[in-house]
Amino acid sequence: MSSDFVIVLTAIFVSTASALLGSFLVLRRMALMADAISHAVLPGIVLAFWVSGGERATAPALLGAAAAGLLTVTLVEWLTRTGRIKNDAAIGLVFPALFSLGVLAVSLYFRNVHLDLDAVLYGEIAYAPFNTLEAFGLNLGPESLWIMGGLTLVNLLFVLLFYKELKLSTFDAGLAAALGFLPAVLHYALMSLVSLTAVGAFQSVGAILIVAFLIIPPATAYLLTQRLPVMIALAVLVGAVSSVLGYVLAILLDASIAGMMATVAGLLFGLAWLFSPVGGVLTARNRRERQRREFAARLLLAHLAHHDRPVPAREVLEEFGWSPAFLAQAQQWAQREGLLAGDPNGLRLTARGAALAGERP
Amino acid sequence: MIKSSINEQASALPRRAAPLEVRDLTVAYHEKPVLWDVDLSIPEGQLCAIVGPNGAGKSTLIKAVLGLIPKASGTVQFFGQPLEAARRRIGYVPQRSSVDWDFPTNALDVVLMGLYGRLGWFRRPGKAEREAAMHALEQVGLTAFAHRQIAQLSGGQQQRVFLARALAQASDLYFMDEPFAGVDAVTEAAILQVMRELKKQGKTVVVVHHDLETVRDYFDHLTLLNVQVIASGPLEQTFTPENLKATYGERMSVGVGR
Repeated sequence: MSSDFVIVLTAIFVSTASALLGSFLVLRRMALMADAISHAVLPGIVLAFWVSGGERATAPALLGAAAAGLLTVTLVEWLTRTGRIKNDAAIGLVFPALFSLGVLAVSLYFRNVHLDLDAVLYGEIAYAPFNTLEAFGLNLGPESLWIMGGLTLVNLLFVLLFYKELKLSTFDAGLAAALGFLPAVLHYALMSLVSLTAVGAFQSVGAILIVAFLIIPPATAYLLTQRLPVMIALAVLVGAVSSVLGYVLAILLDASIAGMMATVAGLLFGLAWLFSPVGGVLTARNRRERQRREFAARLLLAHLAHHDRPVPAREVLEEFGWSPAFLAQAQQWAQREGLLAGDPNGLRLTARGAALAGERP
Repeated sequence: MIKSSINEQASALPRRAAPLEVRDLTVAYHEKPVLWDVDLSIPEGQLCAIVGPNGAGKSTLIKAVLGLIPKASGTVQFFGQPLEAARRRIGYVPQRSSVDWDFPTNALDVVLMGLYGRLGWFRRPGKAEREAAMHALEQVGLTAFAHRQIAQLSGGQQQRVFLARALAQASDLYFMDEPFAGVDAVTEAAILQVMRELKKQGKTVVVVHHDLETVRDYFDHLTLLNVQVIASGPLEQTFTPENLKATYGERMSVGVGR
């Protein structure tokens, strides 16, 4: 396998595994929890590192991280439930505390081993092809591919199998509980998988950028559709496009690969935010402007219908208090629609315009 | 067939088990009691209101009997059975504000959620469920809005979607948490019609209500609640100035003695 292919495929696995879970995090308004978990898994990894005697072992790291992730969720919920502190502040308290424990442990005990803080924070996906997995004396290829491929599969199965239950407990946890489903169990299962995914992706994209993959593609997809299955599919697509495009741009510009992937995802979000047909900011503004123009044209038609003669533009401006530019826009629209005729003496209705002016808007 | 066996049981027993029987229920938040030693018996086939001032624990009562929040003490039975055994017979309409209406889904899909309990884990809704959901939407007059994104529905329409969801559950006992709060006249009439239809079918409906003006017109049975149960029974016995004064305090003066 070429190393380009391994890197891009690893990134696609990371983004897919993340987008599947991230869609539910975004809908549960728990985006901040993704941030918290991705940082708080560090002490779990360090602990696993210590337990396994300083070897970089995958299984203990995954377990340790999952435990740390669940600890984060539990601590945050416990703090919130004491009623002394709001949920966002509880998150803000718990994860820096756990993360700093991890940072301290790394700096005190593992100064000379290959668990360095830069890699923890930013990851290094470029190394993905070189860490190979060996078992039974065979070289099975890049380890990151196996880990992230496996996590992608697990997350996909989780979302497919429990789609109905996840949807219900996300939309209405009260009804889910009343119907005998177990929203709390699903919640912790979801959080465990987020923790596992975060630690699996740790080596590739690092603690900070995993948040980009968990949140940005689902947030982008949320702006583009009003159907949950479409949202999840779009989130996966946005993640994959960010991975491929980000890699190509990073090579062209000789920049950080993971950084460029997250940047592309951010740009895609920006595009969706501006131009989404469902609720894009510019789309909505254009629609409002068009409506305003059309309403003005209707007013204009109604006004003209009261006069048998062409009305000079000056009179219209005085009547409605419009700017000449705004009148020009309304006039242009009405003329294009064949409602208004050009006349040297002023504004005049066409037969269609006169008929329309008679109708109620 | 099933019905006759129930009838035989009923004649054998001194009294048929009530849809809801609450004994000594206490609920507390941080040691502060929200419900104190509540005893309550809801009669079958009636429209029952739970009325009381803000903070009286009306919603808490519903959530506690449905096991959505922990009880400090007390027992709750549905049709003589514990909650787990009776879940399929209970429908729940939460407050509209309890969910995020920007969720990416449509009205039909929300109504389908009412059928998830019948489906159980893993099974997906199919044609039969969609038909049942459409029928429920028809009952609340929202057939034309089935495929409308839920954020684009008016508040009253959203409330009716919730009602349709509960109808789809085809339960014997319904709990509705402030269904009339902030809805338009069309929706209020639609909800009332559905409640009366349910009563005609012999179902029991328990409604958290806040409008004393309409209690007399809408309900058969009234429970006045203010942390404790002040009075509970047939409307004509419980809807008295003395009881209302005991529930709301001295300031309350509603035209009760009409």
